[in-house]
Amino acid sequence: MKTNRHDSKPIDISVQREGGRVILIPVGDWVADNLAKMDKRLREMEAQIDGNEAVFDVRNLGRIDLAGAFVLGRTVRSCSRPHMDFTYIGEHRVAQRLMAEADANSEVCPAPPAPHNLWHLILVRSGRAVMRALNEGVETAAFLGQLLSTFWRVLTHPRRIRWNAIINVAEEAGVNALPIIALLAFFIGAVVAFLGANLLERFGASLFTVDLVALAVLREFGVMMMALILAGRSNSAFTAHIGAMKMRQEIDAMQVLGMDTFEVLVLPRVIACIIMAPILSFAATMAGLVGGGLVTWAVLDVSPTLFVTRMQENVPLIHFWVGIAKAPVFALAISLIGCRQGLLVEGNVQSLGERTTASVVQALFTVIFIDAVFAMIYLELDW
Amino acid sequence: MSDAQRETVIEVRNLTNAFGPHVVHQNLNLDVYRGEVLGLVGGSGTGKSVLMNTILGLRSPQGGSIHVLGHDTQRASSRRGLESRWGVLFQNGALFSSLTVKENVLLPLREHTRLSEKLMSELADMKINLAGLEAAAGAKKPSELSGGMLKRAALARALALDPELLFFDEPTSGLDPISAAAFDDLVADLQSTLDLTVFMVTHDLDSLYAICDRIAVLADKKVEIVAPLEEVLKSEHPWIRSYFHGKRSRAAAGG
Repeated sequence: MKTNRHDSKPIDISVQREGGRVILIPVGDWVADNLAKMDKRLREMEAQIDGNEAVFDVRNLGRIDLAGAFVLGRTVRSCSRPHMDFTYIGEHRVAQRLMAEADANSEVCPAPPAPHNLWHLILVRSGRAVMRALNEGVETAAFLGQLLSTFWRVLTHPRRIRWNAIINVAEEAGVNALPIIALLAFFIGAVVAFLGANLLERFGASLFTVDLVALAVLREFGVMMMALILAGRSNSAFTAHIGAMKMRQEIDAMQVLGMDTFEVLVLPRVIACIIMAPILSFAATMAGLVGGGLVTWAVLDVSPTLFVTRMQENVPLIHFWVGIAKAPVFALAISLIGCRQGLLVEGNVQSLGERTTASVVQALFTVIFIDAVFAMIYLELDW
Repeated sequence: MSDAQRETVIEVRNLTNAFGPHVVHQNLNLDVYRGEVLGLVGGSGTGKSVLMNTILGLRSPQGGSIHVLGHDTQRASSRRGLESRWGVLFQNGALFSSLTVKENVLLPLREHTRLSEKLMSELADMKINLAGLEAAAGAKKPSELSGGMLKRAALARALALDPELLFFDEPTSGLDPISAAAFDDLVADLQSTLDLTVFMVTHDLDSLYAICDRIAVLADKKVEIVAPLEEVLKSEHPWIRSYFHGKRSRAAAGG
């Protein structure tokens, strides 16, 4: 195309003084693409023109667009004379109209940006972050309270328990997560066995690898792998699902229809997670033991029979219960956080993303925090 | 001026669009001339938005050719350079939600021009003002704007590069009648000041009466008629009759 803006005539401007008047003579095509170099020169000219009457000679002006009209007008405007009637020499097809339009829509002296102090900013930001974190904690506790009261109400009217929803969530968040949880636990068990075999062999106590694997997997890693996958997989799905419903006003629709969102959305998810978590954790524990057992077999030549016998003799059953007892607590925390963040989503896409991130981060943090609390309690109990 | 003498800005020839076995357009022809406001109407499902998306090159048709300002929009290489000469206002604004209004307006300037930051910022402020928003709106995120402000912000972005050609997809849908009328006025005003060619998909009879120079009616998989309002009103086509002579249209016509 010949009329493409990329092959336009170069622009220039010259200034003539005539008594008290300044005559500006723009030539060439004053379109956005050509203004890059001219911009700086025009800004320098502003100072010289200030206070004088300015006239535009548009006889040799080529094409012009709003951007061009804006920079021409800007050259003669000043804070003291925000809007003005331009005077012209000659006629141009559109220049006068565009310059008037640009002038009417321009602010000459925008307010200067507020100064900010870096230290002040850092303090304010960290203060806000701390308050936000505290607030989140309090609000999550309130959410838990609301959940418990809903739970109580549903318990007293058992017909309001939504079994369909519970089973759906149990399948999606539980059964479907089983393979990945088992696989990861298997690898973790194997890793622990490698570590133990390497280290304990130096003390001639390589058989203790079995104790190490059993203790680690039973007490910590089985349930921990379950919790991590649940936090990364199901928790984010809860937030995204409920958040999308919130964005499309489905939650509002429920409320208008007299349905309790806690009863319909939150409770089934929490119940399903609490039911599925011990089962998943059990599977993870078994997979971890198998992983550890295979490695000790391969590296230390400990046969599966010997592995099981030694475990029965040296590792009391209490360790299994210590591990699995944490599962429902993790599940409660994870599903609670996922649902709460989902309900906090506002009407825009960005908040959905923010909430999903917050949900996963909070869930992982909470899982590890709760695990530490459990460790302290078990220490005191000497379990 | 007779149609033959006018410069054709959008030229659609023998366009065929289909979704699987469902044919939306068959051998559709349409011309849009420089400087006019063309309103495109049609019942639900007649493919108004599909036609606009095809013209914009967002969708490849099953057949036919489309030229916009002489460029074939179906080929990416040929479409290059068009982006700075057209502006598009999508139905829900399609503002980038992670950017403020001003950043949204700045984006095309940053992409397509080499102006200084300061000048781009000044130009963006002017465009925001031009679209009828207050300067303070520039710092807001799209999620903080009302429906009417959202459309204006989207218009400011569409105008960022001083386009010759504007596409509107239902610009007044979701606005109250007063805001819709104000938007119509704004578009008419800008169109005459900036010498724009406007292609507008609309359902709003008031807009059709107020600002459109010609109206194209989509029916039976093609453009049934494209003519000034008075001629369209005389059409005997059943859909056109019920559309323009129903209760709502009589109110819009002020009759």
